[in-house]
Amino acid sequence: MAGLAQIARQSAGPRAYLTRRYRLSASHRLHSEAYSEEENKAVYGKCNNPHGHGHNYGIEVTVGGPVNVETGMVCDLVELDGFAQTNLLRRFDQKNLNTLDEFHEVVPTTENLTREVYRIFQDFRGARVARIRIEETGNNSFKYGEELGKG
Amino acid sequence: MILLTRKAEFSSAHYYWNEAWSKEENERVFGRCANKNGHGHNYTLEVTVAGEVDPVSGFVVDLKELKEILQREVVGVYDHRHLNLEVPEFAARTGMIPTTENIAIAIWGRLEGKIPGAKLHRVRVYEMVDLFADYYGEL
Repeated sequence: MAGLAQIARQSAGPRAYLTRRYRLSASHRLHSEAYSEEENKAVYGKCNNPHGHGHNYGIEVTVGGPVNVETGMVCDLVELDGFAQTNLLRRFDQKNLNTLDEFHEVVPTTENLTREVYRIFQDFRGARVARIRIEETGNNSFKYGEELGKG
Repeated sequence: MILLTRKAEFSSAHYYWNEAWSKEENERVFGRCANKNGHGHNYTLEVTVAGEVDPVSGFVVDLKELKEILQREVVGVYDHRHLNLEVPEFAARTGMIPTTENIAIAIWGRLEGKIPGAKLHRVRVYEMVDLFADYYGEL
């Protein structure tokens, strides 16, 4: 025990991960210009409904790195929340994803949303983003990023 | 190899304070968490162990035994306690600040080498449903 406490007070603390969960409600329609109308219906089924539909997404942002020896933290949570508010929630929450620049070229599937959120958090300077996990519904979830615990 | 996860819960009080800093500096960095009267959480602990399945029992570990180890090593020490005042690894000056990250690291230290037949893989500590820390033993 004392050993670990001692390590945590040295300049290079043990490496840990911190995950923060955000809620985001948005609508989307899965439709690709590369497919015909019939193909879109066949591939996307009810998700191709021209009027769209929506989800309450659960967004998990995992940051990783050495635990700061003075604060005991991987990153400042207030900073992370502020970044998420400005760069994720204000842009995506209560929006139609299809109308956003990020999804002009790619279909707003949750796979693509997960990669986009990962890309957004790469600009966060407070800690390194390790992984994004998004729950589209209670039955579907998507992960993108590194395998945790591998250095 | 199979990964097996067992949950446990404990409710504890804590505050964040770095003894090397002034009161103002602590309040600036830790905000409301620096209130020395403390505040509390219902923590959820998830301990994941890795091991081979015993061909006879079909178990990686005996869950009853794992439950008892978590009870003895962690829950019995942390539950309904003030982490800063009553748990040695978080004592002022000599210990760590009881952040979620450090609680996960401390629990790893308490459990490592104590689970027969399996290797500790991950310690996850939820401070709230929307905030948790993972530790994989990485130094």
